[in-house]
Amino acid sequence: KDRAKIPLQEMPSQAPEVRVCNMEEVALGYTENQVRLEAMRCIQCKNQPCIAGCPVSIDIPAFIAEAAKGDYGKSVEIIKESSLLPSICGRVCPQEVQCQKFCTVGKMHKDVEQSVSIGRIERFVADYAREHGLEKIPSIKPDSGRKVAVVGSGPASISAAADLRREGHTVMMFEALHKAGGVLVYGIPEFRLPKKIVEHELQNLKDMGVEIRPNYLVGKTRKIADLMEKDGFDAVFVGSGAGLPKFLGIEGENYVGVFSANEYLTRSNLMKAYAVGKSQTPLYRSKNVAVFGGGNVAMDAARTAKRLGAEEVIVVYRRTEVEMPARREEVTHAKEEGIKFLFLHAPLKITANEKGRVNGVELITCELGEPDASGRRRPVEIPGSEKIYDFDTAIIAIGNDSNPLIKATTDGIEVNRRGNFIVNEETCETTLKGVYAGGDIVLGAATVILAMGQGRRAAKAMNTYLKGLA
Amino acid sequence: MNKILAKQRLSKEVFRMEIEAPEIAEARHPGQFIILQMGGDFGERIPLTIANADPVKGSITLIFQAVGETTHRLALLEPGDTIQNLLGPLGKPTDIKKYGKVVCVGGGIGVAPLFPIVEGMKKAGNEVTVIMGARTKELLIMEEDMRAIADEVIVVTDDGSYGRKALVTVPLKEICEEDKPDCVVIIGPPVMMKFAALTTKPYGIHTIVSLNTIMIDGTGMCGGCRVTIGGETKFVCVDGPEFDGHLVDWDNMLLRLGTYKSEEAEAHHRCHIGLKINEGEA
Ligand SMILES: Cc1cc2nc3c(=O)[nH]c(=O)nc-3n(C[C@H](O)[C@H](O)[C@H](O)COP(=O)(O)OP(=O)(O)OC[C@H]3O[C@@H](n4cnc5c(N)ncnc54)[C@H](O)[C@@H]3O)c2cc1C
Ligand SMILES: Cc1cc2nc3c(=O)[nH]c(=O)nc-3n(C[C@H](O)[C@H](O)[C@H](O)COP(=O)(O)OP(=O)(O)OC[C@H]3O[C@@H](n4cnc5c(N)ncnc54)[C@H](O)[C@@H]3O)c2cc1C
Ligand code: SF4
Ligand code: SF4
Ligand code: FES
Ligand SMILES: [Mg+2]
Repeated sequence: KDRAKIPLQEMPSQAPEVRVCNMEEVALGYTENQVRLEAMRCIQCKNQPCIAGCPVSIDIPAFIAEAAKGDYGKSVEIIKESSLLPSICGRVCPQEVQCQKFCTVGKMHKDVEQSVSIGRIERFVADYAREHGLEKIPSIKPDSGRKVAVVGSGPASISAAADLRREGHTVMMFEALHKAGGVLVYGIPEFRLPKKIVEHELQNLKDMGVEIRPNYLVGKTRKIADLMEKDGFDAVFVGSGAGLPKFLGIEGENYVGVFSANEYLTRSNLMKAYAVGKSQTPLYRSKNVAVFGGGNVAMDAARTAKRLGAEEVIVVYRRTEVEMPARREEVTHAKEEGIKFLFLHAPLKITANEKGRVNGVELITCELGEPDASGRRRPVEIPGSEKIYDFDTAIIAIGNDSNPLIKATTDGIEVNRRGNFIVNEETCETTLKGVYAGGDIVLGAATVILAMGQGRRAAKAMNTYLKGLA
Repeated sequence: MNKILAKQRLSKEVFRMEIEAPEIAEARHPGQFIILQMGGDFGERIPLTIANADPVKGSITLIFQAVGETTHRLALLEPGDTIQNLLGPLGKPTDIKKYGKVVCVGGGIGVAPLFPIVEGMKKAGNEVTVIMGARTKELLIMEEDMRAIADEVIVVTDDGSYGRKALVTVPLKEICEEDKPDCVVIIGPPVMMKFAALTTKPYGIHTIVSLNTIMIDGTGMCGGCRVTIGGETKFVCVDGPEFDGHLVDWDNMLLRLGTYKSEEAEAHHRCHIGLKINEGEA
């Protein structure tokens, strides 16, 4: 077959030496010619194994077929039946462990990197539709007389709000920060997800009639009970995310120059501290940065540090490259940008100079032992292998727990041992009637696509619930 | 968007602003604070204590000292102007209840956030003594307000230009010796809080301090505001801002407050040029 001869289309990207000096997007996106070629690599399998790999079951062969034909508007419409945020998920989904993992083309080459680039095609058609005004504004049913509060403004909340508003409910979205978008805005850097894309999605919500209220911390400005009893909200969706940074619990962790990745990234992204001299939020000047962790958060922190002027950035990870949970593409990009990796090492202690500023980190070497609960081989420290390395900055990027604020201010909401809301799997309803939840607050730190999927599932159940109210 | 309703200059560097914020005015309790952000994308988020609130009028009062870029920018706003972003009330309220005899110690700008606590403690039936201090007479604020509600007010200045020439720790120690209070609340510059807390420690008096670490979100998301309390890491914005003064690792907190000293000094200088404010004049 001719299709098998079409080479994988590489993503055009900014050159590494150029992009480490700016904050602009690294991956530039396919050309129209490229997207058609890449789409033609799909052999339209009858059993469609890729669909099973997508958490929201997008009809992948169908949208790819339209892209191959050049009908990008139609292509996006197919995607939007299942996912509301394709230009975002096309960029940030860990495709190599989801849809592309199961692709027949990759299997034929015995290399997942050779799979059809589903995410890149998704990104292209979504960008194309946005830039060419092909997006259809969803129709909104007449006023239902019902009012819904949506807490948070990340992907779970954005998708819940859209689906609730379509049914004609009044939807008000409450966000604690001064800008909406959740992690998409404060966490994931511009060079990976341009903020104008997120703004566009939020503008779509506003155009649909969703009211967004920033600077409103539910639980503090007002409690959920008050929203329901005093303000007349008939139901509430909570998408408050997993915004509680984990620390290592090691000596020296509160020295000057130790940051959670959340703080480091929020300063740079949300507060625009990378615009030195223009932004009023200051940045720590670093030369040698250690980043602890191996996920997307660690990659984002490391690559941000590089762009902010650090000479050397080293990602310290307890296991090996194979176990790193970060997206493949981010690891590749990080390496191209000169980020170094120290695998099989774990931090024991942070040291500081007489002014309390970080000047080193004590690391211990590890080896892989038996698999743990996650199925990954557990790192085991090798006694006697401790060594102090010079660093002036340490960024802790080992993940987030659930923010306890809503639980602490709302009677009747139950959480599990890790602080995640307990919900009915089918409906996403919490233990409190009329209150639903989805995204990281339920799943623990997960992914954009899973958060989006839960937001939609909750909205569906909420729409039924609201209809049933007397 | 929150409208500024009134503005007053309390001293050379200190301003009082009344701001429209009905939801915050309704929800807030003494000891809580807000975070504000202004100036578009590039503005900083800074925390300020809610010095007072009028739930009927739907307004809150902030009292702040112009120390650097953001507070200077705020000081330039006039009634009728708006503050783009105002989030609150944040933090846990002061543990106000009947202790018996309470001493409230305020230093410099700390007198402002102390005021609602003095009011609350008084209402809860305590006998309240206020010790308030400043570097010099010019910087002393809210003496009349305090005198109107407290049972006793002791004023000290570092240079003796008004009241007693002493640090707040001197009358505090005397009171601890003569008539041991049941609770001491201290708000002021960190160094003052450190030494005032050290003063009450030997007497085993319950001592509350209000910490003013560097913050961003104020929701517990970034951990930038963390301090060490009795060997444990706590987030000032959600676990505080008030803590047991005898458990605070003051030296670490002071170091962390200085994280951006050189960057802030540059910005302050730049802002004096940009905002055309003369050095030394706020
Ligand atoms: C640095 C970083 C990189 C990541 N990279 C990827 C990636 O490449 N691919 C991927 O799929 N996933 C990635 N993730 C994970 C992904 O971003 C999250 O899983 C997803 O954003 C969760 O969405 P959410 O809607 O549940 O909440 P969030 O996006 O966390 O949004 C929650 C929002 O709620 C607000 N909020 C919280 N409490 C309240 C309250 N009480 N009142 C009002 N508002 C409140 C918060 O301020 C926040 O804005 C990354 C995460 C981080 C931190
Ligand atoms: C809970 C709390 C309540 C406060 N209440 C008051 C109040 O009622 N009145 C008042 O005058 N001040 C108050 N402060 C202090 C006030 O937030 C700082 O003076 C202000 O942030 C300084 O900003 P700047 O840009 O003008 O000065 P800068 O020159 O940038 O900073 C001066 C110093 O203020 C501290 N600071 C800097 N940025 C921040 C930040 N984002 N958050 C907190 N501290 C910072 C640092 O120690 C810094 O060295 C409070 C602080 C906290 C944490
Ligand atoms: S949403 Fe994510 S997993 Fe699903 S098809 Fe798109 S890129 Fe693949
Ligand atoms: S598995 Fe791959 S080749 Fe088969 S339909 Fe899906 S994307 Fe196309
Ligand atoms: S200010 Fe970010 S956690 Fe307290
Ligand atoms: Mg400042």
